[in-house]
Amino acid sequence: MVNLKINDTPVQVPDGTTILEAARTVGIEIPTLCYMKKINAIGACRICVVEVKGARSLVAACVYPVSDGMEVQTNSPAVAKARRTTLELVLSNHRMDCLTCLRNQNCELQKLAKDFGIQEIRFNCDNSEPQIEDSAIHLVRDNSKCILCRRCVAVCKEEQSVAVIGPNDRGAETHISCAFDRDLSEVPCVSCGQCTAVCPTAALSERDQSQEVFDALADPKKHVVVGAAPSVRVTLGECFDVPIGSNIQGKMYAALKRLGFDKVFDVNVTADLTITEEANELVSRIKNGGTLPLITSCSPGWIQFCEQYYPDFIPNLSSCKSPQQMFGAMMKTWYAQNANVAPEDVFVVTIMPCTAKKVESRREGTSAVKGLFDVDVALTTREFSRMIAQAGIMFKDLPDEEPDNDFSGATGAGVIFGATGGVMEASLRTAVETITGKELPSVDFTDVRGVEGIKEAVYDVGDLKVRVAVASGISNARKLLELVRSGERQYEFIEIMGCPGGCVNGGGQPIQPQSVRNFTDLRADRAKALYDMDKDLPLRKSHENPLIKAIYKDYLGEPGGHKAHEILHTKYAVKEKYRL
Amino acid sequence: MKTREDLKAIRSNTIDRLNAYKDPAQNNVRVVVGMATCGIAAGAKPVLEACLDKTSELSNVAVCQTGCVGLCQLEPVLEVFMPGGKRFTYVRVDPEKAAQIINEHIINGRALTEYTIGANSAGQESCVSLDDAGFYKKQLRIAMRNCGCIDPENIDEYIAYDGYSALERALTEQSPQEVIDIVLKSGLRGRGGAGFPTGKKWQFAAGAPGDVKYVACNADEGDPGAFMDRSLLEGDPHSIIEAMILAGYAIGGGQGYIYVRAEYPLAIERLKIAIQQAKEYGLLGQNILGTDFSFDLEIRLGAGAFVCGEETALMTSIEGKRGEPRPRPPFPAIKGLFGKPTLLNNVETYANIPWIFQNGWENFAKIGTERAKGTKVFALGGKVTSTGLVEVPMGTTLREVVEDIGCGCPGGKKFKAAQTGGPSGGCIPAEHIDVPIDYESLGAIGSMMGSGGLIVVDEDNCMVDIARYFLDFTVEESCGKCTPCRIGTRRMHQILDKITEGKADIKDLETLDDLCGHINRNSLCGLGQTAPNPVLSTMRYFRDEYISHVKDKKCPAGACKSLLQYVINDKCIGCTACVKVCPTDAISGERKQKHSIDPDKCIKCDACIQKCKFGAIDKK
Amino acid sequence: MPNTKTVVPFSATKEQLQELDALIEHHKAQPGAAMPVLQGAQEIFGYLPEEVQIKIAEGLGLSLSEVYGVVSFYTQFSLNPKGKIQISVCMGTACYVKGAGEILEKVEKKIGCKAGEVTPDGKFSVDGTRCIGACGLAPVIIVGGDVYGNLAAEEVDGILDKYMQ
Repeated sequence: MVNLKINDTPVQVPDGTTILEAARTVGIEIPTLCYMKKINAIGACRICVVEVKGARSLVAACVYPVSDGMEVQTNSPAVAKARRTTLELVLSNHRMDCLTCLRNQNCELQKLAKDFGIQEIRFNCDNSEPQIEDSAIHLVRDNSKCILCRRCVAVCKEEQSVAVIGPNDRGAETHISCAFDRDLSEVPCVSCGQCTAVCPTAALSERDQSQEVFDALADPKKHVVVGAAPSVRVTLGECFDVPIGSNIQGKMYAALKRLGFDKVFDVNVTADLTITEEANELVSRIKNGGTLPLITSCSPGWIQFCEQYYPDFIPNLSSCKSPQQMFGAMMKTWYAQNANVAPEDVFVVTIMPCTAKKVESRREGTSAVKGLFDVDVALTTREFSRMIAQAGIMFKDLPDEEPDNDFSGATGAGVIFGATGGVMEASLRTAVETITGKELPSVDFTDVRGVEGIKEAVYDVGDLKVRVAVASGISNARKLLELVRSGERQYEFIEIMGCPGGCVNGGGQPIQPQSVRNFTDLRADRAKALYDMDKDLPLRKSHENPLIKAIYKDYLGEPGGHKAHEILHTKYAVKEKYRL
Repeated sequence: MKTREDLKAIRSNTIDRLNAYKDPAQNNVRVVVGMATCGIAAGAKPVLEACLDKTSELSNVAVCQTGCVGLCQLEPVLEVFMPGGKRFTYVRVDPEKAAQIINEHIINGRALTEYTIGANSAGQESCVSLDDAGFYKKQLRIAMRNCGCIDPENIDEYIAYDGYSALERALTEQSPQEVIDIVLKSGLRGRGGAGFPTGKKWQFAAGAPGDVKYVACNADEGDPGAFMDRSLLEGDPHSIIEAMILAGYAIGGGQGYIYVRAEYPLAIERLKIAIQQAKEYGLLGQNILGTDFSFDLEIRLGAGAFVCGEETALMTSIEGKRGEPRPRPPFPAIKGLFGKPTLLNNVETYANIPWIFQNGWENFAKIGTERAKGTKVFALGGKVTSTGLVEVPMGTTLREVVEDIGCGCPGGKKFKAAQTGGPSGGCIPAEHIDVPIDYESLGAIGSMMGSGGLIVVDEDNCMVDIARYFLDFTVEESCGKCTPCRIGTRRMHQILDKITEGKADIKDLETLDDLCGHINRNSLCGLGQTAPNPVLSTMRYFRDEYISHVKDKKCPAGACKSLLQYVINDKCIGCTACVKVCPTDAISGERKQKHSIDPDKCIKCDACIQKCKFGAIDKK
Repeated sequence: MPNTKTVVPFSATKEQLQELDALIEHHKAQPGAAMPVLQGAQEIFGYLPEEVQIKIAEGLGLSLSEVYGVVSFYTQFSLNPKGKIQISVCMGTACYVKGAGEILEKVEKKIGCKAGEVTPDGKFSVDGTRCIGACGLAPVIIVGGDVYGNLAAEEVDGILDKYMQ
């Protein structure tokens, strides 16, 4: 243990603790801009400087380790002046259009400027022109707001291992961009949107499509149906000051209804549908000697990674559409028929934790109804929250309501899709019972739960040994694929989620400032809420969902059958990594 | 693989060969041509070829190439050592002169004094060799001891002057700790800028836990105006190699990296040759000199980034990344290259090491001042009569360097300031010309030793413009990682632009001052922290010049173009020559009458001044 | 220094590509291989076009963006082919105080392209370079490997005329 003083208060912390962490133990939050625990400890922004007695210059609290007898001042006049000047410098290079900015009041830079009461910038200000790059479907870049904290670079490289953006050029010319300053649409980006979730400003943001949804809602010809992904109901509340990890499902349905959707359904249902199809695919591949391991296909970020970086694994991918695409497909076929609406008049909106879902919704040649996309607009949780705010809906005061019952009521298996390991667990619940024909004594497959990047387990299923692995975050996926490719590991079934922790930590989820992210495990807190919901549900196995059973009986036929294939399955193709 | 006995034999045979000319009884002559970059640039190659050609029949004459003796502006330099040992330093030699020298001096015995150093240097008329020149008298050569003396491409010649003897002794007779103790006791401090005690650095690296450790050499000499490291690598590469092997032995490291600027092709070439030779002799590689100590050395090239001279940036660059500095701690001695304990010294620091072991730490510690031992090499340049490399004991005054060694400013101009430490350093004004040159004294007056660039500035130079020049450099060379340096230096540069264009007000000076302090105290690395120094020191000593620019919109030195006015004085005889050359028709006037310049049309191109034979045009 | 992408299309001989493969293979296992490989590649091709950087990225297991980030950091790496005759004007302190700026202007005017660019016929390119360490000869320019020291601005035209025939 190390003893030191912070603002004259004695502090005892373990060896190796940084000043930033030590200060928090005595209730002092030192501001940061660039620092991300473990993945971006670079000491670059200099906002976190503090005074250490005897040091020649101010030191960066985020990376400076404590030592015995150290005396730190976190709020001396010298520190305050330094932070103010650094802020002024950052602002002098930042396009300050706060009122018309997507991140207004949700911007870490703006908050600092407010906290420090910056009223004037003494320096020449450049970067007054927007530098919009909006070639990609899922996000928009504007380097005129970039403060070069490199958090996006850190997630893109360290967590996602694709590193399609990075610092280019040098000195005052340094800027974050793709190689050769190409557009994002020309590089092998996987569209995960993690960069947009960690950007402190609006230099990187999701492409906002909420207006398209408002327009559809106002169009009397459109029959607008909506469904939200499993994870959205445990994250949306954060946009309205509800504590992290709160289940606000009832309020979410209520908000959707008040926005005027014709039907409020649930993507959880198609999560159950996905499991039914996918478990069937697994069982059939195991029984018939198909390509193994089978790898899940719910995460479009992962799919884009596979198609561009590991095309040799395309035969391993489950041909099942993701719950979002199944939702759209069912709406434009089964639902349109049942509700007696022309498929082209059904306007499908999904609320997703994910920016890659926008890209997925625009995949060509896989729709259930020729000439139509399965999903018309895929909104992120953040866009949805802005719609709620714009409509003046007092979210926290909403009553809990239920969705429309023609397409709702999922099992616990559908709910846990939102966390890493959830799809695996849900599939196992169905696959094991299908293979053995016996009811599981316990539906909890706890080995595959938790936030670790790679999880493994072996299950005895009848006479079969089923070896499974779960990876979340593309860098973990890459590690796992290398192990499989080299033959070092063999599995029958693999779940891969593009974002670390799965959809609860998706790139379209509510922004949490780094001051929260550095000290809270969002992945674990949000996932817990999903597992709690699962635990309390009467039905926890997808194949027991009465609605799903009815749909197969009345409409789809057998899981994996001809009609199911036409509507619920998709194809993959090798995508060139470099597009010169 | 050579044994100690083999080296001993090489040593005595080669020294006999090298010193053959010293014996008056024999008729041996040694001719050396300075073949460092500056010599070659000035035309040394054809001179060497001419010498080889003209002496091919003369069995008593040995011609060889050598590194730089430091007489940059007198290059190409050809030295003749006559039988009995007399030295003649011929300067500004061309192939014809070389042929004459061989014919007249070596064959006929008549020295051509008109080509020697004395005849080409003001006030030194009587001397024929560098030894007698005033330029040389106050110098003491330790780091540069072999430069200009041995053939850098011949390991035997290095060995002849006790080369690799320190390594032999250390590996066979001394423990690593004893080696470190010698460095500690010598009092040697880093020659790269900050002056950290070298022995301490070695001690830290030796004490750091870890099986894999690295030894690195910083040869990324990036200060504009400094070139001593280049000269050392070109003139005496083996002494760097020997020192690095010793360091490896001392700290327990088995792999060394020399990080050299790619702009130094000759230094790289000579290093490559030297490493190859050392490997052939078993001085590098497995089981050096038959002991169980192994050490390998690799050259890594820079690619044009000044910041890579900063130690952590240098390491990230060797790791194959953008050369961006990392926060310290952890210090390189604990976690450096590839995350392993790393010892990094610069070229000149290493160059001192073999000397210390050959001559004893006591003798090294006798030289210099209380806190700064040994010598320092400076690259003397700018507005000074004798430019070149000089090596002087620590504590020598700036006056001695500029006036005695550099022979003052040319053209009788007034010495205004000396700039040391490059973009990280500051200006020493005339009032401090008697400052002794050592780390603390320079630091106390707001400059720094730096790596040894020493640029003399005279009355024609504007100090604001000089500060702006260095900021221009820093803005471009900042790595762009941390906010204060990336944005702050640009803002400083913008303010300096305003000042030199006459658009600034007094408040800008305050902001500038504030930014200096901010960048200094908040930047991530040494480059940023020292970036404001050129501005700070010129504001400190030449504040009146800043005030003139800001208040009177005048540049007292007449260097800032935007503030200049071209005015015709009474010497004008109305010859109209200037009217004809003026590209913008800004000059008017009747023939034989005094002309005048329309300031609105004048673009300050200087064409009129160059044309006027009467000195009738002033820049004000 | 601006280092924008060239518009000249990439072409390489089979030998050059083989040389690049061999270079990557040679350095692959070495720690920190990117710099030596990029330096070697620039020697082979004269510059580092996207096609070459892709090969290096794939060969060393890096992303193209990481490779480009390194290339764009260091001024010696070029995204543009250089002229057959390269002109470097030393902009070190000693040269600067002795008028290197004016000399660079003269060179640009004479050959008809700006620093960092190549003339349309590909014959000349000019760069202002960092100190080349020949301060005693300031100001200095290097034309096609030949060094000219103690220059006056008026001499520039005459020197370049020799290379223009």
